[in-house]
Amino acid sequence: LLLDEHADYIAAYGSKKDDYEYTLSEYLRMSGIYWGLTVMDLMGQLSRMNREEIIEFIKSCQHDCGGISASTGHDPHLLYTLSAVQILSLYDSINVIDVDKVVDYVKGLQQEDGSFAGDKWGEIDTRFSFCAVATLSLLGKLDVINMDKAVEFVLSCMNFDGGFGCRPGSESHAGQIYCCTGFLSITGQLHQVNADLLGWWLCERQLPSGGLNGRPEKLPDVCYSWWVLAALKIIGRIHWIDKAKLRNFILACQDEETGGFADRPGDMVDPFHTLFGVAGLSLLGDEQIKPVNPVFCMPEDVLQRIGLQPDFTAHFVCLPINQTHLIQLISSLKETPGPEMGVRKGRHTKCAVLGGAQDQG
Amino acid sequence: MSSAEEISNSVGENLEEDGVEEENTVEEAEMEYEEPVKGGYIFYRDRKEWADLEPVPQDDGPNPVVKIAYSEKFTDVFDMFRALLKNDEKSERAFALTAEAIDLNAANYTVWHYRRVLLQALDKDLREEMKYITAIIEDQPKNYQVWNHRRMVVEWLNDPSEELQFVAEILSQDAKNYHAWQHRQWVIQEYKLWNGELEYVEELLEEDVRNNSAWNQRHFVISHTSGYSDPAILDREVQYTLKQIKKAPHNESAWNYLKGILHDGGLSSYPGLLEQVTELQDTCSSPYLTAFLVDLYEDALETNNSSYDQQETLKKALELCKLLAEEKDTIRREYWNYVSRSLQNTYGSGHSSDEEPRGRI
Repeated sequence: LLLDEHADYIAAYGSKKDDYEYTLSEYLRMSGIYWGLTVMDLMGQLSRMNREEIIEFIKSCQHDCGGISASTGHDPHLLYTLSAVQILSLYDSINVIDVDKVVDYVKGLQQEDGSFAGDKWGEIDTRFSFCAVATLSLLGKLDVINMDKAVEFVLSCMNFDGGFGCRPGSESHAGQIYCCTGFLSITGQLHQVNADLLGWWLCERQLPSGGLNGRPEKLPDVCYSWWVLAALKIIGRIHWIDKAKLRNFILACQDEETGGFADRPGDMVDPFHTLFGVAGLSLLGDEQIKPVNPVFCMPEDVLQRIGLQPDFTAHFVCLPINQTHLIQLISSLKETPGPEMGVRKGRHTKCAVLGGAQDQG
Repeated sequence: MSSAEEISNSVGENLEEDGVEEENTVEEAEMEYEEPVKGGYIFYRDRKEWADLEPVPQDDGPNPVVKIAYSEKFTDVFDMFRALLKNDEKSERAFALTAEAIDLNAANYTVWHYRRVLLQALDKDLREEMKYITAIIEDQPKNYQVWNHRRMVVEWLNDPSEELQFVAEILSQDAKNYHAWQHRQWVIQEYKLWNGELEYVEELLEEDVRNNSAWNQRHFVISHTSGYSDPAILDREVQYTLKQIKKAPHNESAWNYLKGILHDGGLSSYPGLLEQVTELQDTCSSPYLTAFLVDLYEDALETNNSSYDQQETLKKALELCKLLAEEKDTIRREYWNYVSRSLQNTYGSGHSSDEEPRGRI
């Protein structure tokens, strides 16, 4: 594991001359920054990034409607709104933007059927359901949306194989499954997932090479080491993967010369695959890397600071919630067979920690 | 060659011709431009028709450390694009420029947004736009923006008549293109074009019986039309699937489909299923078949199916789990050991009747 090389690669990314790829990816710059910062923080190298410049950049990307764009001069979108909030959470600087307006923007994208559009042009996708609740959760404002409808929509995307697609009827896909299980974790609805069935579908993604694919009969890709692994972790079935083989596959995707990870061994590296390679290794237990939260793909210590971190590998996320909501959540937990459920007060006031026991078996 | 490129080339050519004429007739005009670069292409910053606009350079943040070198043409087009955005200009030349920008970077969602605004503001011919987006998608079929754009144009025209054929075209090049399938599902559901889709799915499965997207589509079509509750339909599907399995035994999608459609009815009670599957063991064995038998036996145990000897069934199930863990599917040994333990705990001698069975079936 070439952590120094990866840190050097990310630190230098975007400052190289002739970087056509960097220019071409301007339309996703906010996410690119999130990928870079997160992987640097996981490697304990966040200080090498330019905090002030990035914060100023984010401020310049918030539009009147409250939404945040990928870069200056681009239009706001839920994807980049989440990335911006994640970055500001990493830097503990959430208040440099107008938080209330962000909340309004996200709320305004919810549709009648509970789904979320990505922006005003109305593309519907469970990715956006995840972005919406992840954003609001980081801001402590989950209560502004119609939760029941949001959950109803995501559950309507559950397929006959236990997986999830982007809209009802869409083919199960590991990326979408990550978004949906993340969504259900944040909204306290993981008991609605058939963890054994979905866990089996997910561990079926592992190919003889050790790598993971995203759907049956497709090629492995390092980013699926994140989508699949994180989803398994969320539903408490991560041990169903052959960890040693996966680790070998991920490591083989490193580029010794340039640093960084590629989608598969021998290909060109990029920050996206670098984050997910390192994050995957963290989930597999590599001690040189900080623990990563499988729902948010952010360092656990950041979420702890915000107050979103339960004390153990749990099925639910700590939420600042009111009494009524707490009672509702407790009753829904009690209906769930299987792992023992417990409720206890977290270290942070006004939070209740809801959690399940460690992975079964 | 996409027709988008043809459009932008022809725009360039027209301007060049004008330029040449001017050069010959007006002396002063000669001073106003530089020599055309790169075989006839004139940069926008040098075109008379664009002289009223001040190009807006890329803003890389307050203190850019190193100036990034871009491809000149890219810079030229996008600087001009930013100028148009800044002035909120809604004109034909702006519309033409979006095509150039898209040609250089079709993933830039802000350009697509602007193009849509212009389509409406200028009341452009949407049929022409359909031709345009068709060409773009054919060139770059794995891009969210292009499909999103096409959906909007179809909605505005309220005319889906070309869609199924178009998507079939794209799928003939890549039968698993996730975006293409989403678009196809949207069109079918929105405009109720279910007729003939099952036949189309069968064609695709004839070509590649392992196409997971096609199996998913099969489920999509049937669940939205006849449904699976009619025993004749269900049996047709079971027999169809078993037939495909005989053709290609090592096929995750087919086995997932079989399990998925029988899930509600109960695998062990479906007439003749155990016999049919056991028969396949000699010639069409695969880990999937063995796994299916485990599921079937588990269902027999869970439902206390009187046609099965409980002890024998448990014994067989445990044997198969061991076979899978130790020989046939060792990469998932953790999973098979879990299944084994669960079966043992739940149905083994001396088990408590309070035990909850696993939630797999």
